[in-house]
Amino acid sequence: MKQRGFRVSFPLLAVGAAVLLSGCGATKQSALAPVGPVARAQLGMFWESLAIMTGIFVIVAAVFLYSLIRFRARKGDATLPKQVHGNTTLEIAWTIIPIILLVFLAIPTVHYAYAFGDTPPNAMKVDVVGHQFWWEFDYPGSQVTTANVVHIPVNTKVDFVLTSADVIHSFWVPRLGGKTDLIPGRVNHLWLESNQTGTFYGQCAQLCGAGHAYMKFSVVVQTQAAYAAWVQSMQHPKVSVTTPAQEAGMQLFSQDCATCHTIGGTTFNGKIGPNLTALMTRPTIAAGTLTNTPANLAKWLHDPPGVKPGALMPNLHLSQTQIQSLVAFLETLK
Amino acid sequence: MAAISERLAGVHHESRTYTGIWSWLATVDHKRIGIMYILSALFFMAFGGFEALVVRVQLWQPNNHVVSAETFNQLFTMHGVTMIFLVAMPILIGFINAIVPLQIGARDVAFPRMNALSLWLFVFGGLFLYSSFFFGSMPDAGWFNYVPLSGAKFSPGVGIDFYDIGLQISGIGTLMTAINFLVTILNMRAPGMRLLRMPLFTWSAMITMLLVLFAFPPITVNLILQMFDRLFGANFFNIAGGGNALLWQNLFWIFGHPEVYIVILPAFGIISEIVPVFAKKPLFGYESMAMALSVIAFLSFMVWTHHMFADGLGPVVNSIFAITSMLIAVPTGIKIFNWLATLWGGKIHFKTAMMYALSFIPLFVIGGVSGVMLAMAPADLQYNDSYFVVAHFHYVLFGGTLMGALAGLYYWFPKIWGRQLNETLGKINFWLVFIGFNVTFFPMHIVGLEGMPRRIATYSAGYGWTIWNQISTIGAFILLVGMLFLLYNLIITFARKPDAPADPWDGRSLEWATSSPAPEYNFAQTPLVRGRDPFWLEKREGSGQMQPAEPAGPIHMPSPSLAPIGIAFTLVLAGYGAVLHSAIIGGFFLLATFWQIGRALVAEDHGFHVTPHMGGEAQ
Repeated sequence: MKQRGFRVSFPLLAVGAAVLLSGCGATKQSALAPVGPVARAQLGMFWESLAIMTGIFVIVAAVFLYSLIRFRARKGDATLPKQVHGNTTLEIAWTIIPIILLVFLAIPTVHYAYAFGDTPPNAMKVDVVGHQFWWEFDYPGSQVTTANVVHIPVNTKVDFVLTSADVIHSFWVPRLGGKTDLIPGRVNHLWLESNQTGTFYGQCAQLCGAGHAYMKFSVVVQTQAAYAAWVQSMQHPKVSVTTPAQEAGMQLFSQDCATCHTIGGTTFNGKIGPNLTALMTRPTIAAGTLTNTPANLAKWLHDPPGVKPGALMPNLHLSQTQIQSLVAFLETLK
Repeated sequence: MAAISERLAGVHHESRTYTGIWSWLATVDHKRIGIMYILSALFFMAFGGFEALVVRVQLWQPNNHVVSAETFNQLFTMHGVTMIFLVAMPILIGFINAIVPLQIGARDVAFPRMNALSLWLFVFGGLFLYSSFFFGSMPDAGWFNYVPLSGAKFSPGVGIDFYDIGLQISGIGTLMTAINFLVTILNMRAPGMRLLRMPLFTWSAMITMLLVLFAFPPITVNLILQMFDRLFGANFFNIAGGGNALLWQNLFWIFGHPEVYIVILPAFGIISEIVPVFAKKPLFGYESMAMALSVIAFLSFMVWTHHMFADGLGPVVNSIFAITSMLIAVPTGIKIFNWLATLWGGKIHFKTAMMYALSFIPLFVIGGVSGVMLAMAPADLQYNDSYFVVAHFHYVLFGGTLMGALAGLYYWFPKIWGRQLNETLGKINFWLVFIGFNVTFFPMHIVGLEGMPRRIATYSAGYGWTIWNQISTIGAFILLVGMLFLLYNLIITFARKPDAPADPWDGRSLEWATSSPAPEYNFAQTPLVRGRDPFWLEKREGSGQMQPAEPAGPIHMPSPSLAPIGIAFTLVLAGYGAVLHSAIIGGFFLLATFWQIGRALVAEDHGFHVTPHMGGEAQ
């Protein structure tokens, strides 16, 4: 993988991490490959605590293995070892030393609990609504709504405002930072920032039903200019229906699909399912389950719950012709 | 060698006697109840293990379809519920039943008939949970069963009803066990068995039962609230009706965190028994070990929101609970260092029981240090609900609880069943389990850091997760082979005649001072305890036998009774009434349950007396 922009404090462990990450794709969704300040601070805490904990484990293991070898019972030796009941100095020492080590972990813990807990006042807001089993992203103030792919500008603190439409979900993009739950009846905040452009992957981390494993999304981090252009295009989507197949598809959409789906630039404004505005600009469909190709769109339309277990979009028992014309129409959404 | 050997000279029964299978169903003997707890736990372990294996097979490769996503959710839910409620707790309660009264020199527990009721409530509660399979819907919302996913709207099937009612039924039994053993340990110790002379296993049992007493009410409240939501349309957890999703989480984890200590403290106790016996040294720092148990128990009630760091509860809550969680490392560390110091300078005998006990130390340290890492709230946001957590709690619950329970099984097998397990098979069993365990669970740390959430039915290629999942699955099958060696060892050992000596390991505590297995009345004469490690003391500095604290004579015994199994049975049938939404079935069997309880309460039963015949080496 190209992105390896993380700093680690312990060279030896960094080598270890490089070995772990050397497999192809191992950094795709890895907390070990941070691209923003939150994930980087979390990885720093990981290495710090791992170093202290490895030290403790090595000491325990050394004393343990030495004892097993040195103090094993020899054949034919029936004498009793010296009967020792305790040693106050030792016992006080191994009570105090761990407390001192814990202080070193407690300081960054409290520091970052506040740093991550307090949302920066100037952060850009994105409303995230969790649904079984897809993600809704609303950009307050700019009239943009999208699903399963969220665009954010680089080097900008983004305040994700997390709510749920049904059960508890959890918003997790490991390379940007840790997760926070979307809890019905509550509004949670999670601020993240990326210092790199590119696409970063996330998925729901709290069991939310049959489709839990299929509730994925991606974060597209763009330069300020590219992000502004994307917002522009979302505000003025182009839908140019020209061929008969596309027209038949649009007709079919208005009958079968528009009660649930909205498409910007058309009159379709259903609110139950994902907003499909500029669908062709998204890399994946069905909440990250399939790559966005005409063949996969057809596969999805043929049997949604077959592709994504528990999907609330029913199998509409569309004919092959109907599917082809719907795909032709969807391909016009740019 | 120096056991009190005794035979029944004449048994005079004034109460009804039962033979064959009925003698087991009607028994109120803590040793038989312990045996049934342990065997039932092993039975349920086969189910929980099978579920885990299917999960591992499903995760062998990306986009696998061995089972559907719906089935997968049922499998890991039942795996968790089974291993926690039907394996870990009952196997430890089984050892507590079988051993604690012997260790304190008691004749039985304080409330023998209630003890039998606890057992049957657990057995029937577990079978009731599994019977959901035949009703077409098993629990599938995870073992912690978060609302609103587990509410009527999102889980309309009966699976969650089985969870709510099955856990209530078995939970009543566990609460009664807690009361029973607290009273037993506090009131029925032999003369001279002061609190600070009790074996550490008895100490751990006492502290564990205190935890049960305070931890089970919150989960019971949760289960009852959800039962009202689901059966009668209440709104405790219904968000649209003003309910609160976090109420469930708070009540669940106020129970749930002490629960993990409920299943680890007895394992600590087992290790503290075995290490001194096979190192031929007294336990190092006895008082600090007992104190550490108490401090862990106390702290365990103030760390629950570390399961909820991702809930957005704010920096104040997260900081406080992070620090209290870290503090638990201090008393836990004390225990580890004391065990190491016990080994230091000893003469270590590598019996299978000792090998299991020894393996506990490094495995629990790994689980413990990853626990400290998880306690760092802001870093936990990465680990939470990922496979890193799955790795952590398996190192604690398998590397800790189960290794401890298997150590206890090999160690106390002769005392409980009068036979010793085969040592060669035992060592093969140990090494396969030890290796299989690490191969299965260590890679989960890595795949969790690489972003794999727990509880996903499948994953895509290209995340770097496949190789780690495949290693884990291979490890799971090594574990399976290891456990089959245990099964084989159990079968051939049960096929042999009982021939174990009273004191096969040169034991230190009182259970080794009576025959293997112990007679119905435990001790012909209540022993006089003259110090810590009382039996060791008499062997090294006394006559080699316990001094009696009372004259020989007839021993009063509680009568066997079918009331406990009857009460538990009708209560479970009432549970089916609730699941089936039938007020008639539910009401009828609930009345039948109360009628039986009333009858058992008013019936006069004076028990009976047995006269032990003092054998050759009389005291």
